[in-house]
Amino acid sequence: MKDRRLQSLRAMAALLLCSFLLCGCGATPIDTRSESPLLRVLLLRDYNTRVVILGATLLGTGAGFVGCFTLLRRRALTGDALSHATLPGVGLAFLLAPVAGLDGKSLPVLLFGAAVSGGLGVMAILTIRALPRLKEDAALGIVLSVFFGAGIAILSIAQQLESGHLAGLESFIYGRTALMTASDARLIAWSGVAATATLFVFYRQFTLLCFDDGFAASRGYPVALLDVLLMTVVMLITIAGLQAVGLVLMIALLVIPPAAARFWTHQLHRMVLISAAIGSLSGLIGSAISGVFADLPSGAVIVLVCAGLFFFSLMFGGARGVFVRALRRRVLRQAIDREHLLRGIYELREQELRERESQPRPAAARLTELHELRTWTVRQLQRQISRCESEGLVWRRADGEIELTERGLIEAERLVHNHRLWELYLMTHADVAASRVDRQADAVEHVLEPALIARLEQLMEQERGRRIIPQSPHAKEVS
Amino acid sequence: MGSDTIPLSVQDLTVAWSRKPVIWDVEFDVTPGQLVGIIGPNGAGKSTLLKAVMDLVPKASGRVEVFGRSWKQNRHRVGYVPQRESVDWDFPVSVLDVVTMGLYGKIGWFRPVLRRHRELAMRALERVGIGEYAGRQISQLSGGQQQRTFLARALVQEADLYLMDEPFSAVDAATEQAIVGLLRDMRTAGKTALVIHHDLHTVPDYFDSVVLLNMRVVAQGPTATIFTRENLERTYGGRLTLLDEATEAMRRRERNL
Repeated sequence: MKDRRLQSLRAMAALLLCSFLLCGCGATPIDTRSESPLLRVLLLRDYNTRVVILGATLLGTGAGFVGCFTLLRRRALTGDALSHATLPGVGLAFLLAPVAGLDGKSLPVLLFGAAVSGGLGVMAILTIRALPRLKEDAALGIVLSVFFGAGIAILSIAQQLESGHLAGLESFIYGRTALMTASDARLIAWSGVAATATLFVFYRQFTLLCFDDGFAASRGYPVALLDVLLMTVVMLITIAGLQAVGLVLMIALLVIPPAAARFWTHQLHRMVLISAAIGSLSGLIGSAISGVFADLPSGAVIVLVCAGLFFFSLMFGGARGVFVRALRRRVLRQAIDREHLLRGIYELREQELRERESQPRPAAARLTELHELRTWTVRQLQRQISRCESEGLVWRRADGEIELTERGLIEAERLVHNHRLWELYLMTHADVAASRVDRQADAVEHVLEPALIARLEQLMEQERGRRIIPQSPHAKEVS
Repeated sequence: MGSDTIPLSVQDLTVAWSRKPVIWDVEFDVTPGQLVGIIGPNGAGKSTLLKAVMDLVPKASGRVEVFGRSWKQNRHRVGYVPQRESVDWDFPVSVLDVVTMGLYGKIGWFRPVLRRHRELAMRALERVGIGEYAGRQISQLSGGQQQRTFLARALVQEADLYLMDEPFSAVDAATEQAIVGLLRDMRTAGKTALVIHHDLHTVPDYFDSVVLLNMRVVAQGPTATIFTRENLERTYGGRLTLLDEATEAMRRRERNL
């Protein structure tokens, strides 16, 4: 846990450093040259492009980080309702700011309005959920649609009142990074840093909250307060992302990166880092693409890139991706086939092997004999024989029989021994065995206590003498 | 006996959702050093009772004392084993991580988990017999192993009173035996456990005393005198299958006497 903490610390430090650096270089313009748009984006020639790309990258990082906890807390959709609930606040802030003597189009004012109405939205969700007979999904649906509808209405009123001045407000709905300025990027950076820092400080508490809130409460943790804190962090990120991604698509950045990260790891601290990385990559690539093709809205592109990374993770993820799972199944099937082949040859010739124990003991079997042993097809069997041949465990004799090599014989003896111990254990300890039998354990010795194995081996010797149990459960099929 | 030696004292406890009571006028004292079973039909409010004791659900009325003081003051002396189904076993943490969670109270909010803590967690895992699974991700555990993980998380707290919500539900025979063994070890060490239990057959075997609950306490006291057919009928009403089970349990007990 300590080294984990160190790891996370380093990641945090790197993130902080990045954001400072990015803000710094974002603020110093470089002369723009006459280059192709692609090159200019790639080389970050444009002051504006740099600001946009850096802002979107930071946003993705923060959202990927925060999203892990909301996803694991199963509050992902609360984030969606929250982001939709920000819209009326944006409209009202625009309308009311001049009354308070503020600029209705300044970003901090609009985002303040967004935060207030987003907070109201979350409170509305909690209130509706507490009503009898209404579940969370009803609360989310009601709040999301009503707040969004109210927002649209307010925006259209604003449009009628001050026609022409509204340019930019719609960008909160679908996101338009092109309008981002250096100070906006800085705002995103700071919200990202604040959100990440909060999660980092309360990392352990949030983990416990997400895993087992009942236990957390029984230990005296303020579960409700931690939930509010988590929602506040989500709010911070959502507000930061309104301009770049837009409130409709913000949920994607909060859900997709952590969901994708889950395909790569079974450990939370890694999941958090991978999710942040996927989020930042989406922000980076997405905003760069929308920088090259000026007509593509950034929010949509970022989300699509994110989805692409998700699909990649789904297929190739190292922990539970489609390919890894298929590969694992294949390896397991082959290991079982290999064991069946070696054990098959050994058990077919076991009697003879035992009778001339001191002499060299070749053990060979015909293909048809082996084929009858199990449900495998001839092709499967042939393939397995070839594999074992390349491992040096068997060889094909000129007369067509498959013979165990010296190494193959040793391996087969070990497998048979292992297998019979398990079988005996299942029979003698039927009450407890099911929970302990581990087919994938290479040797019984790794799972069972030495004393128990000694007893089983003793039993096996006795039974061999008395022939109470059949040598092999498949012996009948052969004879 | 001073009130501070009584592990748990519940007086006049009522819990209600809106207007419908879940448990009402529940009163009982738990004798120190005993294994106490809470027995009752589904929906009798057994889990709610435990949760009300721990302040996890609001009480409509009543008082709960843990070793003579309020829950808040003495909750560090209580270990809790929630129902296994209450959490997502696909959560990305290892077995050892889960057990370490039992130590978070001792570790403190902003201090790191040290090697010393992990060793304590490891020892608890070995006590419940799954030390070799410490590094595994929890989704790879069988039901019995999951239950043992939860037990280890409670054990590591070194509490004096344990509250367990159906630790025997849907576990294999080996795990059941292991848990019973642990409970008896705990009793020998002077600890007390309050256990929600479903299987009437094993009640006389496992518990020193019982609380028969069906929204209110039907009867409570030593198993030998309280766990009777008459009391069970009053607890379970006319549910025949259960009554048959109870009758069978009684017969077995009489045979064992």
